[in-house]
Amino acid sequence: MSEQRRLRIFRGTRSSGELKEYAVEAGEGMVVLDAVHKIQAEQAPDLAVRWNCKAGKCGSCSAEVNGRPKLMCMTRLSDYPVEQPITITPMKAFPLVRDLVTDVSWNYEVNKRIPGFRPRTPDAPDGTWRMFQYEVERPQEFRKCIECFLCQDVCHVLRTHGKHQEFIGPAFLVRAAAYETHPLDVAERRDFLKTEGGIALCNITKCCTEVCPESITITDNAIIPLKERVVDAHYDPLAALWRKLTGKSND
Amino acid sequence: MADVRSYEHDVLVIGAGGAGLRAAIEAAAHGAKVALICKSLLGKAHTVMAEGGAAAALGTVVDQDNWRVHFRDTMRGGKMHNNWRMAQIHAQEAPDRIHELEAWGALFDRTADGRINQRPFGGHTYQRLAHVGDRTGLEMIRVLQDKAVHAGVEVHMECTVIKVLVVDERAAGALGYFRETGRFALFRAGAVVLATGGIGKAWQVTSNSWEYTGDGHYLAYDAGAELIDMEFVQFHPTAMVWPPSVRGILVTEGVRGEGGVLRNSQGERFMFRYMPEMFKGDFAATEQEADAWVTGDRMKNRRPPELLTRDVVSKAIVKEIEDGRGTPHGGVFLDIASKRPADFIKQKLPSMYHQFKELADVDITKDPMEIGPTTHYVMGGVKVDAESQMSTVPGLFAAGEVAGGMHGANRLGGNSLSDLLVFGRRAGQHAAELAKRRGRPPASPRAAVDAAVQGALAPFERPTGENPFAVQAALQDVMQRKAGIVRDRSGLEQTLAELERLTERARHVGIAGSREYNPGWHTALDLRSLLAVSEMTARAALERTESRGAHTRGDYPASDPKQERRQVVVRRDADRMTVRWEAQPELPADLAKLIKEGA
Repeated sequence: MSEQRRLRIFRGTRSSGELKEYAVEAGEGMVVLDAVHKIQAEQAPDLAVRWNCKAGKCGSCSAEVNGRPKLMCMTRLSDYPVEQPITITPMKAFPLVRDLVTDVSWNYEVNKRIPGFRPRTPDAPDGTWRMFQYEVERPQEFRKCIECFLCQDVCHVLRTHGKHQEFIGPAFLVRAAAYETHPLDVAERRDFLKTEGGIALCNITKCCTEVCPESITITDNAIIPLKERVVDAHYDPLAALWRKLTGKSND
Repeated sequence: MADVRSYEHDVLVIGAGGAGLRAAIEAAAHGAKVALICKSLLGKAHTVMAEGGAAAALGTVVDQDNWRVHFRDTMRGGKMHNNWRMAQIHAQEAPDRIHELEAWGALFDRTADGRINQRPFGGHTYQRLAHVGDRTGLEMIRVLQDKAVHAGVEVHMECTVIKVLVVDERAAGALGYFRETGRFALFRAGAVVLATGGIGKAWQVTSNSWEYTGDGHYLAYDAGAELIDMEFVQFHPTAMVWPPSVRGILVTEGVRGEGGVLRNSQGERFMFRYMPEMFKGDFAATEQEADAWVTGDRMKNRRPPELLTRDVVSKAIVKEIEDGRGTPHGGVFLDIASKRPADFIKQKLPSMYHQFKELADVDITKDPMEIGPTTHYVMGGVKVDAESQMSTVPGLFAAGEVAGGMHGANRLGGNSLSDLLVFGRRAGQHAAELAKRRGRPPASPRAAVDAAVQGALAPFERPTGENPFAVQAALQDVMQRKAGIVRDRSGLEQTLAELERLTERARHVGIAGSREYNPGWHTALDLRSLLAVSEMTARAALERTESRGAHTRGDYPASDPKQERRQVVVRRDADRMTVRWEAQPELPADLAKLIKEGA
């Protein structure tokens, strides 16, 4: 079973570009990435696209399909009506390199700044620890993150307001949450989250949770509990009352 | 010199999967200034796709497990063809490497008493795989990635190496290009570690990504190093077969480890008919016994035959399909739905559940999967010293899939992730020590650099030349048809003749467009590695006139005792590929006895 599909793909660089339409013979079960590869192999060998595993495990082939952030390898052509062309554009929250490839290096710089894992002293004389399945399951949800950066792409703080210097984005709040909920970790990250992390900039619209291909409940399970931790550490209601009454800072 | 940016380091690590990251971390820990080159973005290397787990005799689930049992399983699984010393080091050091990962933040699934849980897998006597559901590789690469970044390793992403530089017969760095800009970079270094993974992209049906073009195998060959065992390519028994666009995507052995069974179109659990002589007595004789092992007492009952080694299971599946007992889409059935409750399947195999649901409209908690073999792993690779991982070219090291010897004629599932850690660490340590002894790297040979740059840019001078994707597809087609699971003399000779024609076509491929992120150009450059590794595999496979492990000759179906522990060595002699035979050193008496009599 095969049918003809039309794809409109962004072709261009940072300075100029346009949507170019391609027709492709689509077989059963084909995903968007297959169609892009077919076009690349047969019609446009210089069509730039990033991919690796083609199985939803590496998070390389992020793009926007009809305006929605998606992994191209997990998005089936049959999810879209055959009479309409499918539009594929690069992620909008990052600088363009070429065609569907964006410069995501900012994310790696952010990750470097998050204070790393530091374990408590070992539980057993042989230098090992004891942890229980119910304890590891919470951080394991966050460890599912494949760094596709689709949540960063959809987050309006980054996408619309471009606050890349002030806010680390949902992906790295998830990373911080993985450390913070790790049963062994004793490192301190609340100051980092409040200042460099810019956690207050998130106003919990939950767009990130909606686009996560790993179904991580980013807002409810990672960001909100982190916000609570930061508030617990930095917000003292008595001191706030004092400031309000006296107009003085108590720093 | 051509427009080339220059870097200088003590240790250059090429490849950023498990082995490369572990090597970089260790070299940095020994005080070396380290550069790590990734062909993709950091954290996307093939290790991220590993599902089932890392094998290590931790003994957290079965007390009787220890390195001796693990060593014996590895050697028997490898059909006694393994480098015995590597297999021994691996079995002895794997537990420490796993505990070390936990100290760096890895969160493995737990036992009831709070220790690292272990899962059963093919060819392992006891439950031995430390795991995180079915995404163990992701956990491992993330932990190593963060550790390396915090250790001050300099990471160069989306950079492909095209030549290892050799000065005075020693490795002295490498030349590569950045994909984003198409600019060249020269990395001078006191020692070079290859950790580039495998060659699976030379076949049509493969679990491997676009990166797996045998770059490290080719770079070592080009630098004059010897390679061994290139005829041994593992075809993993279980991959998706339908729909066509997902053919080859891996289905973890963990499905069988957690109780999944293989059936043919007549509903028969056929693996009971394929028990090799060597393993008779180790596996369940009846379905009742196999089922009792899955859900009940694992000491009183024996393992199901679905957990035989991968070479055996793949060949059994091919035979069933050949004899007309395959599924509508040319596979066999893998069924866990009838053996385990839905909640169990979703907890233990979440990404398999997701993968089948999203890509094939199959609910694996209700229906069987259709599966068949896929190209997965190359046991052969750069010949290395077991202790240091140094190749036959001084200063050039290799670790992980690109190195040969550890897995013999067939790798056990789970032994790759632990191999990466054990030998990545050793390569990093020895590379750092050697670089320290050598001092600053020598100046690079300008003529060699210029020639390599010129060669790499040549396709741009032929804008109307043949499309490199067409040559790549033709290569994958011939390797799939003639150098796949079952080979014979005439097919391999045809492969070599066809590779010669393809080499000629590759010389005339052309590229339009610019050097900036141009996949056509990248494919044109990868062809050189693909052609070289394909030729190595075909030549070695032609030499070995017997069937052993993953190497199956239709015209020589039996194992030949005269070829036992003898290996085919490949090397470059000027512009010609040469092969010769070499006998492996004998096993020490105590280890030989251990294998014979049990641990």
